[in-house]
Amino acid sequence: MTTPAGHIHGTDVKVSHDLLAAIGGAPTASTELVVDAQHVDKWFGKLHVLQDVSLQVRRQEVVVILGPSGSGKTTFIRCVNHLEKIQQGRISVNGHLIGYREGDGKLVEDKEANIARQRQEIGMVFQRFNLFPHKTALENIIEAPVQVKGMARDEALEMGKALLQRVGLAAKADAYPAQLSGGQQQRVAIARALAMKPALMLFDEPTSALDPEMIGEVLEVMKELAREGMTMIVVTHEMGFAREVADRVVMMDEGRVVEEGTPDAFFSNPTNDRTKSFLAKIL
Amino acid sequence: MQFDTNELVSFMTNWSVVLPAIVTTILMAILAQLLGIVLGLVAALAGRSRNIAVHGIAAVYVWIFRGTPVLVQIMLLYFGVPALLGGADPFPNTYPFLPAIMSGPFVAAMLALGVNEGAYMSEIIRAGILSVDAGQAEAAKSLGMTPRKTMSRIVLPQAMRVIIPPLGNEFNNMLKTTSLASMITVTELVMVAQMRYAGTFKPFEPLVGISLYYLAMTTVWGFVQSRIERKLGVGLARSDDEPGFWARTLSMSRGAPRAGGMR
Repeated sequence: MTTPAGHIHGTDVKVSHDLLAAIGGAPTASTELVVDAQHVDKWFGKLHVLQDVSLQVRRQEVVVILGPSGSGKTTFIRCVNHLEKIQQGRISVNGHLIGYREGDGKLVEDKEANIARQRQEIGMVFQRFNLFPHKTALENIIEAPVQVKGMARDEALEMGKALLQRVGLAAKADAYPAQLSGGQQQRVAIARALAMKPALMLFDEPTSALDPEMIGEVLEVMKELAREGMTMIVVTHEMGFAREVADRVVMMDEGRVVEEGTPDAFFSNPTNDRTKSFLAKIL
Repeated sequence: MQFDTNELVSFMTNWSVVLPAIVTTILMAILAQLLGIVLGLVAALAGRSRNIAVHGIAAVYVWIFRGTPVLVQIMLLYFGVPALLGGADPFPNTYPFLPAIMSGPFVAAMLALGVNEGAYMSEIIRAGILSVDAGQAEAAKSLGMTPRKTMSRIVLPQAMRVIIPPLGNEFNNMLKTTSLASMITVTELVMVAQMRYAGTFKPFEPLVGISLYYLAMTTVWGFVQSRIERKLGVGLARSDDEPGFWARTLSMSRGAPRAGGMR
């Protein structure tokens, strides 16, 4: 399942080389630093799942987070769009504090409406797809643009069809999620997130729930996004993807960032003992 | 004791008496059930609130109305509230703005049945909401949907598939529970039977007669319910010969009504 080269997951799926044209080009983040996480601590009960995690992601950068299960990587990206609360530190996206606002020098949780507005610029793709089963592929994609942004339905439909066509699913617009393969569902899920024109995309182990022969088609879409300049944080076990696509690789272990660097340096010359043993096991 | 078939037929075909009673029964059941659904939805959503007061009120509501007999609740409302109000009578024989069939006792019984039903519907709706995978709400939130939109557009439509079968069961029950309204002088089916045998001293025949009418109403409802459920199950079918997504998730076979559909 993990491959150094990344080309073992072959795919026949044709992904357009103008994927982001469907949403009017690569969304431009308003700040150079799209994600700025500073000294984040989080506990699940007594379990200290994130310990002093700091991470910056610049515009158009692709950061891959690696690490063993339980290392806190999924929890961390869930904090980036406030699906999880944090107990210490702060996370900003596009210069805005996420989930909290400053009050009397302390951080207090923000209003739901404000959090919802902030999430509009953060796309998220889940391990288990989480498509809406009572809506077709196309309806899944237009739901948020119409309901949240108030986009005209016709305009949303046009954009939705363009997105589906570019991820190779033009023929599946009227299919329900139950009628799609895992790989197809995940490509719809990516299109659904893109439809909100996010400045940042979070991928939470997007290929971990897929049959091996479907991993390639999803990675292909993600590579194309990276190529077109989408800012991305990807939690994955796909070493090939990390090596080929990442600008920076971050290794997490037991809730801490233990090493980060370019893929070349990271894979060929890891410095941290934990990274070495992890790579030894996985490569 | 002999069963007088003529008396049975004569009672059952005394349309000027029996028809209004049937209409009263069905109308009361529908209105009370609708009230119950609305109150149940409000209570179920309140029960999920992070606000302790809101959450607490919902819990106390369910606790009290599921924990005391509905007959007592009906009588408390009809006899108790006027006593509390002193002079004013909230349940007069007729309201100028309502049809004659909706008398004060009718309104009192309908309200009490509806409020009682809300406590049960709240639990049914709560279970339906819990049946929806948490990933659905997370996906909706990650797209920028507010908690309200997430609930109304994503979670509740999916919860419906779990809510509908027990809801049908509740309405079946409601059709029969309206008989308690006879205790506060509502002229529904039981009252009509009682009035009949008070004069004839033949209780058997009218009681069998209204039983047949109740049976007819619940049977028709059973067919309606299975139609509704089948429609929900088939709406997302893959093809004609494969059960749809919801049919498979709820493991209902197409063509056959679900358990609970006919009771």
